[in-house]
This record gives sequence, structure tokens and C-alpha cells, in this order.
Amino acid sequence: MRTIHIDQIEQAVYDLCADACCRLGDDVSRLIEKALATEESPLARGILAKTVENARIAGETGMALCQDTGMVIVFLSLGQDAHIEGGDLYAAIQQGVRRSYRDHYFRKSILDPLTRENTGDNTPAVIHTEIVAGDRFTITVAPKGFGSENMSRLNMLKPSDGKRGAMDFIVETVAEAGGNPCPPLIVGVGIGGNMELCCLLAKKALLRQAGASHPDPAIAAMERDLLHKINALGIGPQGLGGTTTALAVHILTHPTHIAGLPVAVNIQCHVARHQSITL
Amino acid sequence: MKTLTVPISNQQELAALAAGDMVYLSGTLYTARDAAHKRLCALLDDGENLPMPLADQAVYYAGPCPAPPGYPIGSAGPTTSSRMDAYAPRLLSQGLRIMIGKGPRSARVMDTMRMYGAVYLAAIGGAGALMAHTVREAECIAFSDLGAEAIYRLRVEDMPLVVAIDLYGNNLYETGPERYRR
Repeated sequence: MRTIHIDQIEQAVYDLCADACCRLGDDVSRLIEKALATEESPLARGILAKTVENARIAGETGMALCQDTGMVIVFLSLGQDAHIEGGDLYAAIQQGVRRSYRDHYFRKSILDPLTRENTGDNTPAVIHTEIVAGDRFTITVAPKGFGSENMSRLNMLKPSDGKRGAMDFIVETVAEAGGNPCPPLIVGVGIGGNMELCCLLAKKALLRQAGASHPDPAIAAMERDLLHKINALGIGPQGLGGTTTALAVHILTHPTHIAGLPVAVNIQCHVARHQSITL
Repeated sequence: MKTLTVPISNQQELAALAAGDMVYLSGTLYTARDAAHKRLCALLDDGENLPMPLADQAVYYAGPCPAPPGYPIGSAGPTTSSRMDAYAPRLLSQGLRIMIGKGPRSARVMDTMRMYGAVYLAAIGGAGALMAHTVREAECIAFSDLGAEAIYRLRVEDMPLVVAIDLYGNNLYETGPERYRR
């Protein structure tokens, strides 16, 4: 049995928060460079170039890419043969978030939903835990801004709506969001499961390397088709017009009930932040 | 390259802006988000003085990160403007001439803008480090208890913005996507 000390976990979360907030992933950078070559609107190309410059400045200064350093979403993939010692796992994760947001001068955006009183340290983070085979422990930190989170939707479609109904709902969600969620977007889609699993699938779809296709060719084709339809909307970078509304569409599916067809769309802005480590 | 200085001293400068123009803004502006807008409107309701002038001024919808050592401000990109739509007409009626944020505005805000002669400039959402790079000085001038949502007075140089809604009611959030829709 492998033993992982709690201090190692807290430090990993601390470092992943800092890295995610200040460094744009190579996957997203590559897609933006590609969009710069294909975007038809000169103004939109100018905007995309500014986002490239933003990533450079953030990298050089250690300043956050976006002032909305988000609500921290932590995905844990815990091998059943690993042993954690030295303290409370979830408390250590919250402490890693707390210290990182304080030390790196990130914005503290988390508050009570009704009194609107800020917790002051950007906790609690949302933690999703999966127990898997083996003795490894993978931590993924994905800070999520709410400009894009607010534009996300769930629809419990009818089986008769079918694949076409699902696709219409996904495109319509992006169309209604317009310029609000800071396009160009990564569009995370969950299809199937039940209500809460469907939303989680849409969120998890965002963790895939941006632009990588689903391994199932039929679903990969659906992703390409959706990307084409979304970019035909003309919304463009920042909603000011252009041919680059989304950089990628990522779908995850799960078996569902004979009476249902849940579809969830989790919208991600161009500052698509997620960093992982395996301990 | 078009430039603009705030507060507005020459009315012709606003008249020369057209939806779709890139403009580089310099001068003094004030940050305010939902919570600050709510308090500003409450002060107006009570007939109290506001903590800053509004006539010919610019308001930036932003809640920046805390300033790291050696910088006047942290990451400082725009927030979604539609959350301020409920409050904006009140501020426009007090002479506010420029709103800076991201995303479309309501029909009521656009009507009020035309009535008072105001423009709406779009900052690049998600480009917080780039925006912070144009800020030379920052000072919290009101509602410090609101933290990131407090009102800051910023002195900026060459802040890159796009004219989204001009004095004549042209709205790039409509015309831009229309042009590229397939």
C-alpha cells in the first residue's frame, strides 16, 4: 500500500491553483493561434491577438489571466490501494486553496448565496471524488469563472427529441449566451445519466485536452458538427461578430433511463483553466 | 488609431466614435459592479452626495484582483454588463457618458444612452492581466467594505477597447454577429 502524506496534497493544490490561474494551457493557446489564421473578421483577429498578449503578460508578471479567479473545482481520482495519512483530506484541500488565493493575490469570489457575505478566502472549493483501481492519487484543479458558468443549462429532454433535439438545445444555449460568457468558448456537453450526473459529465468534458476528439467516431462526428453549427452563429470573439465562437465542443455520454434524455451544457470561456498532478 | 481621454472635455470625441472601432482610452475612470451600483442608486434615492462625480465620466464594470507587491492593481478585466442594466439608466441621467464592460445591454439602457448621449465600450473579457497593465494608479475611494466590489479610481493609459454601442445607437452586438452568420 502506498502512503501519501496530507501535507503533500495541500501543497499540490496550492501549486495547481497558482498554475491554473496564471498560465494558459498549451492546448488552448494552440487553438487560439489556429483561430487567428482562420478568423474572417479583422476586429475579431485583433481581439484574439490581445488574448495572446494577455497570456504572455500573465506568464511574465505572475498576475492572474482573468480577474475572475473563479470558484475552485477539485476532481480527485483516488486509487483504492493508496493510503492518506497526517490529517483530514478535504480540510487539506481547502487549506491549499485558502493559502494559494491569499499568497497569489487572487480575487476571493465565494460568498453565502443569500446573505451575500463573502467567506474571505475563496473557500469552500467544490470537491468531486472518484475511487478507482490502483494506488495512485490524481488531483485536478479547475477554477471556473461565473461569466461562463451563469450561461450553462440543463434540459431534461424527451426521448422523442432524439439526437437532433439534443443538438438544437446545445446550439441554442450558445446562441442565447451570445457575448456574455467571453467567447471563444469550450463547450462542455453531458448527454445521459440522470439530472446531477448529466451536469457533472458536462463539467468533466471541459477537463479533456482542448480540441481532442471523443474516442467514439460517432460522438466525435457530432462534436465536429456542433462546432461547425456554433461557429456559423457569427457571435465571434467577445460576441462582437466573427467566425470563431467556439474553439472546441467536448461531449461525454452515460447510459440513461428509457423515459429520459438529459442534456447539460457547461460553457467555458477562452480562459479554460485546469491543471493536474498524479501523486 | 483612435484615442479617447476621460473625463470627456470635447463632445466631438464621442461623436467621432463608431461601433466597431478599436479605441485606446486614457485618463481617470471609476470601477463599479452590482453591489456598488446598488449603493450609488440608494444614495441618489436619499438625495445624498455620491462618492465620485458622474458628469462626463466613465465607469468600468470590474472587480479586480488585489494588487500584488509592485503593481497598482491586480488582474482587472471587465465583468458582464447586463447585471448593471437595472441601475445604468439612473447613472446616465446624472451625466455618465461612458460605460465599459462586456456583453450586450438591454433595450432600456440603449434608449437611455441615446437620450443622454452616452457610449458603451467593450473591454476584452478574460484579458485581466492585459487590462491591469494599462493601469498606472488605483485608489479605493468608496465602499471599501465591499472588497473587490468597492469603487476604485483608476488612472489608465491606452486601455484597448472596442466601441460596442455608439452615440447613434449602432450596436455591434447585433451588427457584428449578423455580418458573420451563415
